[in-house]
Amino acid sequence: MAKDIKDLGWNELIPGAALFSFTEPVEDVAEVPMDERPYAPTNSHEYSVGDWRVEKPVFNRDYCIDCQFCWVFCPDMSILSRDKKMIGVIYDHCKGCGICVEVCPTNPKSLLMFPEHMDNDEALSKWPSKEEKKK
Amino acid sequence: MTKKIKNLKEFSLSNDRYEGANLMCPGCSHNIIVREVLNATNDPVIVATATGCLEVCTAVYPKTSWDVSWIHIGFENAAVAIATAQAAYEVLKRKGRLPEATKKMIEEGREPKFVAFAGDGGTYDIGFQSLSGAFERGHNFMYVCLDNEVYANTGGQRSSSTPIGASTTTSPAGTVSYGEKMMKKSMVEIMSDHGAPYVAQVSPSKWKDLVKKVQKGFEVNGPVYINAQSACTTEWKHAPEDTIEVSDLGVESCVWPLYEIINERDEHGIIYNTKLNITYRPKNKIPVEEYLAAQPRFKHLFKPENRHIIELWQKAVDAKWEHLQRREEAGV
Repeated sequence: MAKDIKDLGWNELIPGAALFSFTEPVEDVAEVPMDERPYAPTNSHEYSVGDWRVEKPVFNRDYCIDCQFCWVFCPDMSILSRDKKMIGVIYDHCKGCGICVEVCPTNPKSLLMFPEHMDNDEALSKWPSKEEKKK
Repeated sequence: MTKKIKNLKEFSLSNDRYEGANLMCPGCSHNIIVREVLNATNDPVIVATATGCLEVCTAVYPKTSWDVSWIHIGFENAAVAIATAQAAYEVLKRKGRLPEATKKMIEEGREPKFVAFAGDGGTYDIGFQSLSGAFERGHNFMYVCLDNEVYANTGGQRSSSTPIGASTTTSPAGTVSYGEKMMKKSMVEIMSDHGAPYVAQVSPSKWKDLVKKVQKGFEVNGPVYINAQSACTTEWKHAPEDTIEVSDLGVESCVWPLYEIINERDEHGIIYNTKLNITYRPKNKIPVEEYLAAQPRFKHLFKPENRHIIELWQKAVDAKWEHLQRREEAGV
């Protein structure tokens, strides 16, 4: 019965079993950064919904102005932002909705959607150049 | 203790207490609202949810997406669940039986906050009696309605929040019907008339306005109602990436005006002053047609035989906006 909780079906769990967010008590969650939290295997943070995507957002550091629009409007907590700096996209949690690309204010956009199978470096090499303002 | 949030960069220092890889649709507004509400404070938060998209997608056995204390009982009783939790907390506090960590936080001025999330089905229709009861008793909690104007979780049936002309599975548009026949219920005014000290309407696309109102609501002693516009990619049938744009169109066209109602009460609960503040005025009020055109659930309204519904919409929105402005001016 040393099965991993991820391999267990819902019918194999004892009814009333307690499922926790963390492996040990965390007294003040709001003060603990996400990277330092002791996530339990039953926390959805440990799972992936990356296979929902058809297209993925690719982040280009060169054009980013750290406005954090993508962070605040991301519905899936997938924008990795630390110390007021945008770092990248958490591909395990991103469902590929494209909101971050839509709200990005830079020219050219610092987040763009590319096909899921494309390599990130290849995507960066295909980045469009600055659009001229129409007169 | 109110968290200081001056700008978006400061806001981005918040540590999310709501986890990714939940099963909400891509581009769902619910998640954006929940994040903004939870990040508006650093104090401990206790959450109750009514049955709905948010509940079924964030607590899929054996997973949980909540890093805060969370409870779900039934469809109709989110308000009572959170009110009871709050009452139990008050009793434990009076008897001095709270855990040491919580006592320490209270000394620092960080009282736990009690929040209920429910969809429009769990608020406007099914949960209304328990919500009304909890507001009448005056528990100290915040109730956030994630208003997507349809029963999205069960396949898109109409609710009493569905606006006129919308095509849903129980009010389908076709050759004989233009869709939903009823106007939307004005829930904010109903909740304000319960004598609640603070009632507000918000949209996730105006994050600063939302955070400010939530923080105000946390400071108030008594029940607080927040009505949040929640664009639904599945039932409003727009593309997932347009969620923020559709929310913005709703605000800019005054279909979803952002305002708050403050009832000042004395110690007996008698309201001696009511104030209505419009917190966001669009610079150019755009026609309602643009908001409707962005959502395929209204696409049949653009047929010549249904055009009169769009005119009706514009009339209703203008009347509501006019009414709000007059109330603000008169201070009632």
